[in-house]
This record gives sequence, C-alpha cells and structure tokens, in this order.
Amino acid sequence: MTTLAWIVVGFTLATSAGLIIIRDWRLELGLLGLQYVGVFWLTNQYWPISMAAIKLVTGWMAIAILGITRLNLKDVDDESEQFWPQGRLFRIFAAGIVTVIVITASPRVEVIIPGIGLPVIYSSLILMGLGMLHLGMTAQPFRVILGLLTVLSGFEALYAALESSILVAAMLSTVSLGMALVGAYLLSARILEENE
Amino acid sequence: MSAPLVWIILPATLAIPAMLINNQRILSVLGGSLAILLALLALIIPIDQALQIGNFSLKIAPAIQILGRRLILVPADGPLLAIFYGLVAMWFFGGEVTGTAHRLVPFGFMIAALLVASIAVEPFLYAAILIEIAVLLAVPLLLPLNQAPGPGVMRFLIYQTLGMPFILFAGWFLAGVEASPGDLELAVQSATILGFGFAFLLAVFPLYTWLPMLAEEVSPYILGFLFWVLPTITIIFGMGFLDRYAWLRTSEQLGQILSLSGLLMIVTGGLFSAFQRQLSRQMAYAVIAETGFSLLALSLPPDKAVETVFLLIIPRSLALLVWAMSLTQMKEKVNPLRFRFVQGLARIHPITAAGLILAHFSVAGFPLLAGFPIRLALWEGLASQSLGAAFWFLVGILGLLTGATRTLAVLVMAPEGTGWELQERWGSGIMIGLGVIGLFILGIFPQIFRPIMANLPAMFEHLGK
Repeated sequence: MTTLAWIVVGFTLATSAGLIIIRDWRLELGLLGLQYVGVFWLTNQYWPISMAAIKLVTGWMAIAILGITRLNLKDVDDESEQFWPQGRLFRIFAAGIVTVIVITASPRVEVIIPGIGLPVIYSSLILMGLGMLHLGMTAQPFRVILGLLTVLSGFEALYAALESSILVAAMLSTVSLGMALVGAYLLSARILEENE
Repeated sequence: MSAPLVWIILPATLAIPAMLINNQRILSVLGGSLAILLALLALIIPIDQALQIGNFSLKIAPAIQILGRRLILVPADGPLLAIFYGLVAMWFFGGEVTGTAHRLVPFGFMIAALLVASIAVEPFLYAAILIEIAVLLAVPLLLPLNQAPGPGVMRFLIYQTLGMPFILFAGWFLAGVEASPGDLELAVQSATILGFGFAFLLAVFPLYTWLPMLAEEVSPYILGFLFWVLPTITIIFGMGFLDRYAWLRTSEQLGQILSLSGLLMIVTGGLFSAFQRQLSRQMAYAVIAETGFSLLALSLPPDKAVETVFLLIIPRSLALLVWAMSLTQMKEKVNPLRFRFVQGLARIHPITAAGLILAHFSVAGFPLLAGFPIRLALWEGLASQSLGAAFWFLVGILGLLTGATRTLAVLVMAPEGTGWELQERWGSGIMIGLGVIGLFILGIFPQIFRPIMANLPAMFEHLGK
C-alpha cells in the first residue's frame, strides 16, 4: 500500500511535469488521461470505488471533448506564445523548482490537515503547483484549460479526503466537464475567427 | 410548488428554449418580461405562507432536496429575489438595442439561476462551486463564436476558477476553528485562505489586472451585466461567512483588512480612471472602485454595514446599465474607444454621450445622481472611524470625477463651427434616456426603494443585529 502510494506520487509528478515539458497535444492529452488514473487512485483512498470512479470517468470525458475538438482543427501555431519562455530546459528547471517547494511544504500541510497521509498531500500539491506553473507559462486556450484541469484535479484529490458529499462530487464533475466544454468553445472560436 | 423550483429551476429551464429564438426583439422582450414576472412573484407571493385568493389557496414551500443537500429560499430572501430579477429584467430589455439579446437572455437566465442557487444552497459553502459554474457559462456569454479569445478572457477564467478551491478549503478550516476557538494559528490560516478566495473572486487589488484587459476585448454591455451580477452575489456570499462565524464577524483585524482593501481599490481604480484614455477601460476601473465601495461598506460597524452594502446594489446596476449601453452604442460607430477617435462624438450622439457621462458621474458620487446618497453615507461612516481613510476615499472619488470630466471634455471637443448632426437610434436613445431619468430619481429620492430594502438584512441571522 505505502509503496504503491509513493509510486502514485511519482506517477502524478511525471504526468503533470510532462504536461509542461511536452508540446504535442496528443501526448499532452494522453498524459492528462494517465493523470486522472492517479487522481482516481488518490480519491479511492477516501471514497468508495463507485464514487471515486466519477473522477476518472469525468476526467476522460473532458479529455475526449478536448481531443475531438482539437482533432477537427488544423495545427495552430504558437504565435501567441512567442514572448513566453520556450526552452524545454527552462520548463524542466521551473517544474523542478515547484517540486522542491512542494516537497518542502507538504510535511507542514500534513500538520495543518492531519490524517490524510503524506503521499496524498504530495500528489495533490504537485498537481496544483505544476498546474499553476503551467498557467503561468502559457496564454494558449488549450494549454490554459490543461493547466486548470490539472489544478482542479489536485484540489479534488485533496478535498476528497475532507468532504465526501455526493452533491459536491457531482458539482465538481460538472466543473471539470464544463471546463473542457469551455476549452472546446475557446478553441473553436479562435479557428472560426481565423477562417472569417 | 417550491421556491427553488420557481426562482432557480424555472429560469434555468427557460434558458434552453430561449437559445432557439433568433429574433433579438422577441428574445429581449420575452426574457425581460419573464424576469419581471419572477420579480413580481417574489414581491407578491410570500414563501412558506399560504396565500388565499378567494377559494384558491397557494403555498410555496421553501426548500427542495438534491442529492442529500438542500436548496432553501426563506421568506427573508423574497425582497432580494425581487430586486435581483427586477434588475436582470432591465438588462434583458436592453439586449435588443445593444444586439446582445441572443447571448444575454439564455446565458443570463442560467447565470442568474445559478447565482440564486448559490444563495439558497445548504451548506452555504457549496455556493463557491455554483459561482464557478456560472463563471464557466460566462465565457460563451462574453465571447461570440467568431471572436478569438484574448488574454483578458483567459485571465478572467483562470482568476475566477482559482477562487473556488481556496473558499472550499477555507470552509473546512473554519469548521475546525469553530470546534477549537482558542486555536489562533488555525484562525489566522483559515482567514488567510478565505481572503485569497474572495480576493480572486472579487478581483481585489492587485488581482484585477484582467478587468481592464477584458473590457477592451468584449461587448461592454455583456461585461456590464457580469460586472454587476458576479460581484454582487459574491459579496452576499461573503456576508454569509460573516453571519455564520462569530469570531470572523467580531474580528477587529477583518474590519481593518476590508477597509484597507476597499480603499486600495477605490484609490487605484479612481486614479487609473483619471489617467485612462480608453472608454471601456474607464468603465473597468469604475467597476474596481465599485467593488471597493462594497468592501468598505462591509468594514463599517455591523449595524450599518449590511444596510449600506444592500443600498449599493441598485445604483450600481443602474449606472453600469446606462454606461454599458452607451459604450455599446459608441462602439458600433467608433472602435477602439480611445479619446482621439471619440472626439466631438456628443455632436452626433448627444443622448449616448450624456448617458455615458452621467453614469460615470453617478459612480463617482456626483450630487443629484444615484450614487451620491450612498457615497455620502459611506463617507460619513468612514469619517467617524478614521479621518485618514475618509481622505483616501476622497482621493479615489476625485480620480473618478477627473476621469468623467476628461471624458466630457473629449466628447464635446468638436472643431469650431461643427454643427449638430444627430445620428442617434431611437430605441437606444429612449433606453438610455430612461436610465438617465432613473439615475436622477434615485439620486433625488433615494428612499424610493426603502420599503423593499428595509427587510433585506433579515436574510442574515446574526449580521447587522
């Protein structure tokens, strides 16, 4: 159990850092899909499997929405990102810094929210931290939505330990799906303007 | 029949057929009329009391159950529902002349229903998620499908979304503080997290950079609607926290923080407005100052705070409505709305220009206009607490007045000998004219809504008592 928990920590770190480093939308969506498997495992520590599965199904549905939209669009160039730091090394370095901050802060968070377990705290803070980093490094609608979904999934993993209401689970799933739909809308809006 | 069914589920359901109507006029009139009907129902039919009409008896139950939790609208919520849907109706009626009805009415109904649900949901903490869903719906409302999203829209989405996790975590911490009131460290941590949540949601200084950016990118009318509806309900949600937690309500530090953030927003909003040359951005800075007024009102002594916050709602909505409608009319002729492009526009669009200027002066608290009585009351309350704070309040007001005066100067600055060449549209002219009359009526007779407003503090069990 404990070894598996630490494997999940490494897994969420790899997927969320991969989302920052990789610039191929297919791989990014694949990593997000794997990330939701990690979130499912984390949620399952506190919720019954039937409820925890909501996170997985919702996450994969969100990915399907984004994937189908992106698939129907021609390749979008990264014009809007030309002023942002672009180097892969820089992004790895930034992700490393955030990871170090999370490793330093997590034991303190465990004191504030006792009884959750360090692996869950590490995983959710890594997701939230790297999601925030992602948001700070991009202005592209597709990547902003990936960043927001990462932050939300980190939050949901931690909040599941504190709140087990079915209504909250339903509403948070609505938020994740809504976010993906908004992402699809923003992607389509951009392309439609270019076509006009 | 239950109250949440009438004021939450019904408007949300009506939004779906509204999406199928293409005619702007029909949509605007229909949406406005339905919102007026909901407002009248809230005013006439008491919740949880039998209403006898001849042999017919009608009773609206206050609550419905959803997945083990409740949506509850108590009788004390009636006046707020009436005011809220009444103001929503005003915005919907203006949808046709601004050409936004096809987006404003359906999405506006959904957002209004979700925001009412955020007041009604129990535990009240879940309101944060409902506000987030409303924010997600605001994106297609803000952005037509043929317009690429700019950085303002993206930042709006990011900042508003980040508010939700903070507030939900804060709710959990606050429950801990309730259980062990002596734990000062936990109290500070929970208040800080809560503060971050509301700072994101209300775009408190310095997290408001997206507001002027967004103002340049999207329709001023849609923006005006959202800038009125989202902060208003968020403030009421925030008051729910103060009502629920005694230690938060009685904390001296919280009053100081609210006062400081409010003043920072008024001063920065006012000063940026004074130096701004883009009319849409000026409205955004005025909105920042408006949120500052609400925060400042909350920092007043508890007996005055609640009443003052509620008294800000109608003048804010009316001024923003007139301002946003005037800006939308101008944007049809001139885009971008920079000073050098709108010079002398008052000769061509006198009613639109008058609406823009008077709404700006109203937000600045100019005498005889809607914003004046409440700004005066706020200033008086502030002066009794701290003369320094009253001085900075004046600085912010002067900034807003300077911005309004500069706009006035630019709009009438036509080359010598230029004649009047009226190109005003009748529909918009009448709507703006009615709004301006409303601004004067509220300024001269501020007590006109007193009978409805007087009962609003009853929404809260402890706050303001």
